[in-house]
Amino acid sequence: MYKANKKKNSRLIWGLVFGIIFGFLLQKGGATKYDVILGQLLLTDHTVLIIMLSAVLTGMIGLHAFKAFGLVKLTPKSGSIGQNIIGGLIFGVGFALLGYCPGTIAGAIGNGYLDALTGGLAGILIGAGLYAVLYPRLRPKILKVGNFGDLTLPRLFKVNDWVVVIPVAIFIFILLLLLR
Amino acid sequence: MDILTAVRWSPYLVGIGIGILSWLTFLISQKPLACSTTFAKSSGIIERAIRGRKVADKPYYKEIKLDIDWQFMLVVGIILGSLLSALLSGDFKLEWVPSLWAGTFGSAILPRFIGALVGGIFLGFGARWADGCTSGHGISGTMQLAVSSWISAIFFFIGGIITAQIIF
Repeated sequence: MYKANKKKNSRLIWGLVFGIIFGFLLQKGGATKYDVILGQLLLTDHTVLIIMLSAVLTGMIGLHAFKAFGLVKLTPKSGSIGQNIIGGLIFGVGFALLGYCPGTIAGAIGNGYLDALTGGLAGILIGAGLYAVLYPRLRPKILKVGNFGDLTLPRLFKVNDWVVVIPVAIFIFILLLLLR
Repeated sequence: MDILTAVRWSPYLVGIGIGILSWLTFLISQKPLACSTTFAKSSGIIERAIRGRKVADKPYYKEIKLDIDWQFMLVVGIILGSLLSALLSGDFKLEWVPSLWAGTFGSAILPRFIGALVGGIFLGFGARWADGCTSGHGISGTMQLAVSSWISAIFFFIGGIITAQIIF
């Protein structure tokens, strides 16, 4: 029992440490700012996309290498057309109106932005709570439309991971050069 | 130590840093960088405090569990890390209305508060509907080549770009 608690606490502390690093990076990157995020959505400032694509490029190569050596197990989320397209669009509307996402709103709060701390935070909590209310009605129907489970691109094309990783990496790399 | 007090780092380097951070979260905690579930848990925890234990029996809250977990600490950490970075560079400032918003809608607090509130509702609702946000799906999911995440990320941006055009 004691050992289990110790392990749980150590896990929580790692979460905190990783979060501090994540928040630090996001703030230095400018991603905790409304102007930067809306700048991306208005396509005048590509900071957000550059950060995300650079992270994906680095992460994708590293994770698949670690996976090949049996060091990590990937955890792709399950999804469906009904879930990811509709959810994505609703999220997008909120993203543009609020000007922060769940990660960057935490960063914005740390940066001192009171609209994030008050309206934004309250809104996210209300929205999530609303989802919990509607969930029993959504789950059996729309969330299942076009269900494809935890499909990954390699499994979709029935190929080895690197057959997808390498072209995607090249594509992202070129995109990053173009966004400069 | 000048680098720590810099106001801005190259987005390329920040992105690479986040990618490397993802390696570590997988290697050490077997978890991806992700945030939106924490807000759903928080909502449930607050509601449970107000309305009692039966809240935890809501199907969605039973599924995600109303507890303080690794991701919860991650989100708390983000607030602290951002605060630290902002303080080190002098970028910390209490601000109600972002300048881009003010340029079009004026600097009154109430309209911005309402905009943030309504936007937040869509964001919180949409993130749970899609089962992830820009970090969970947009960064962690896409780097794992998950179809759910690539679709979500693309539609986050389609929705966001169209809405931004309408607003501005």
